Amino acid sequence: MRRTKKDLLGVRELEVEEIEHILKLAASLKEINTRPIKKVPTLRGKTVVHLFYEPSTRTRTSFDVAAKRLSADTYSIAASSSSLVKGETFLDTLKNLEAMSPDVFVIRHPVSGAPQRLARRTSVSVVNAGDGMHEHPSQALLDLLTISERKGGFKDLTVAIIGDIYHSRVARSDIWALTKMGARVLACGPPTLIPPHLEGLGVRVYWRLEDVIPQADVLIVLRLQKERQQQMLLPSLREYSICYGLNRRRMELARDDAIVMHPGPMNRGVEISPDVADGPHSLILDQVANGVAVRMAILYMVAQG
Amino acid sequence: MAVRRRGLQNFDSMRFRRMDSGPIVWESGRKRHFDAGRRTRGGILPYMELLPAVAVKHGNVEHLKTCCNNVKRGCSVDFLFRNGRVIDPANNFDQIADVLVVNGVVADISPMLEVSAERLAGVEVIDASGKWVTPGLVDMHVHLREPGEEYKETIETGTRAAAAGGFTSVACMPNTRPVNDCAAVTEFILARSKEQGACRVLPVGAISKGLKGEALTEFGELREAGAVAVTDDGRPVTSNQLMRRALEYAKVFDILVISHAEDLSLAEGGVMNEGFTSTLLGLRGIPNAAEEVMVARDLLLAELTHGRVHIAHVSTEGSVRMIREAKSRGVGVTAETAPHYFTLSDAELIDYDPVFKMNPPLRSRDDILAVKAGLADGTLDAIATDHAPHSVIEKDVEIEFAANGVIGLESALPLILGLVREGVLTPMEAIAKASSNPSSILGVSSGSLRRGTPADLTVIDPELRYILDANAFYSKSRNCPFHGKEVQGQALMALVDGKIAFSRMHR
Ligand SMILES: [Zn+2]
Repeated sequence: MRRTKKDLLGVRELEVEEIEHILKLAASLKEINTRPIKKVPTLRGKTVVHLFYEPSTRTRTSFDVAAKRLSADTYSIAASSSSLVKGETFLDTLKNLEAMSPDVFVIRHPVSGAPQRLARRTSVSVVNAGDGMHEHPSQALLDLLTISERKGGFKDLTVAIIGDIYHSRVARSDIWALTKMGARVLACGPPTLIPPHLEGLGVRVYWRLEDVIPQADVLIVLRLQKERQQQMLLPSLREYSICYGLNRRRMELARDDAIVMHPGPMNRGVEISPDVADGPHSLILDQVANGVAVRMAILYMVAQG
Repeated sequence: MAVRRRGLQNFDSMRFRRMDSGPIVWESGRKRHFDAGRRTRGGILPYMELLPAVAVKHGNVEHLKTCCNNVKRGCSVDFLFRNGRVIDPANNFDQIADVLVVNGVVADISPMLEVSAERLAGVEVIDASGKWVTPGLVDMHVHLREPGEEYKETIETGTRAAAAGGFTSVACMPNTRPVNDCAAVTEFILARSKEQGACRVLPVGAISKGLKGEALTEFGELREAGAVAVTDDGRPVTSNQLMRRALEYAKVFDILVISHAEDLSLAEGGVMNEGFTSTLLGLRGIPNAAEEVMVARDLLLAELTHGRVHIAHVSTEGSVRMIREAKSRGVGVTAETAPHYFTLSDAELIDYDPVFKMNPPLRSRDDILAVKAGLADGTLDAIATDHAPHSVIEKDVEIEFAANGVIGLESALPLILGLVREGVLTPMEAIAKASSNPSSILGVSSGSLRRGTPADLTVIDPELRYILDANAFYSKSRNCPFHGKEVQGQALMALVDGKIAFSRMHR
């Protein structure tokens, strides 16, 4: 086995070969999900602890299903994270759990860098299930799997990531993943939602959706958090939807074989219209199915490593 | 009575052999840098450099032991520093000379000072050859945390850290609990310093009551009680009107107004400098403009009021440029920066280590260059540490939740001397920015070796190379971003009022 790292913290630190290895593994594990008995004994006796400092039913369920299909024991801990709550810190909690000898921590945390910091202080494998605005590696890997299944590869592929790039860990992980695999990446959104020096990550930045849709083989639409209005970043969801919402009329500009993806959960009618979300270009449900397979591959790798 | 072994922990594996004459040599020097330093110095290291530092408070200096256990009330010993390079910017003096300290004041400075034999009998002679003898260093921006947050630092530990770093005066910011916004708190700080302080403490009062930014404090009363300046440091004076009134009203008492320049709305939610690294790390950024908008305002108000404003902790290229321009037009402005702003960039945050989190944040490489240029051309008058102790409770948490601030008293001097080696500053300019300039900005009399003035004096070894070890610091806190860094230059001794506040020298 090529992989020797104990953790999966971000796509940034993955080598291309590691990414390819995970995708290959995920593709082969995907078959298990179609069996009548969807379970293999691979991780029997291993313990996976889901530690979610942010509510996320989808990602947690996906990791949990993945772990259980590999026969691992799983525990979920929902915790609240606040600088104001004195007492037990994030590290205290982790040290307590560590004493129970788990094999993998799957961590979702609202502060960027929190899983990285933890991973340096524990011998338990850490899988980042999304940290702040930083990375969401399992999402990017399942996006890669979904794209490669449909497009056969990444060379000469143009992928547009649309919406709130600034606050999006999905966007950052997708940018790392796609650029490493050789795809051309465009980022599109209002300047208030584009982080500074984004070009430094190897992407081209556009402000107008009409400019990117015709070029794109893949359109990844990001969720818009409704509170962005209050932060003076946007005048209204209505105007956002008018300027940046992906709807059927805009999809007329797209290539016939363009695919539409969304990390979920969607705000139907804001960043994506229902007819596009449920339409022929959409691979959104494939993403969910691939999510389980990719997370099985990730857990297998870190737990076996 | 434990001898506090300071600064030598890194070198425990090494063995020293003492020579007849006192100096010692390495027997096995595993640290190559140290070895290299030795070679340039003719194969031997002076013995004094290798002794554990000695804290006077703990009574380790043999002949002082019997007569004093407190630096402020210690008996007076007279000193003669022989053959040091005396750098005294206030008097434009830079040459090899002897300095005689008698009854706590600078009695004489001259090359080859002749002292009669009977006079010499009561004088301790210190060989300062190869060393710098300078006016005591003055740090015009520190947080001593007392009263209120004594678990982070106290006046005792903070001043001890200061003296160990070569500082003989520190100006302490008013964001204590309670806030230093009235005479009673100023008097408490001064009384506590007199009892327990290892160096001079210059209290800085608040501009607004409770740092709330609503109503002016009583500048007259604060001044009378001993405050040397006013500031709401830690937060900006957001009301333009209040800042205008502060600059006007301060003129009556000739008290300095220090500005913490930050636009809170532009900085809101920010964890680090806004730039490529913040984008990479997914951390909210603080743009340079968050500082510069306020610097611009303060310059406009200083001009309007014909007042005098001092800009604290300048970190950006734009601030330097605007201050330079304002100075060229005669606006009453002075400014300081801190060693971390000319040494570290925002790239340091790549591992999300909260020890690099401070306000203003570490900036880009271009800003570092601009800060250095501002120091070199005199736009930035002073170097202050913004010593901001925090315990692990505030620092060893997720970066977004971590407190802003770094300690600096025991790491500043080698970093300032680094500017000399880089050619940014001359030795005279470097010492000026760390002693005479802050003194004159604050309107205090230290920062000079003029005959007849109280002997606040620092002896510096500009050559000594070592590894900064925050665990060996006198400060109560460990939030030092330079921990583990190899540096060059160290304070060997600090005299306050002619008495030893701190010494690493073998005497
Ligand atoms: Zn400040």
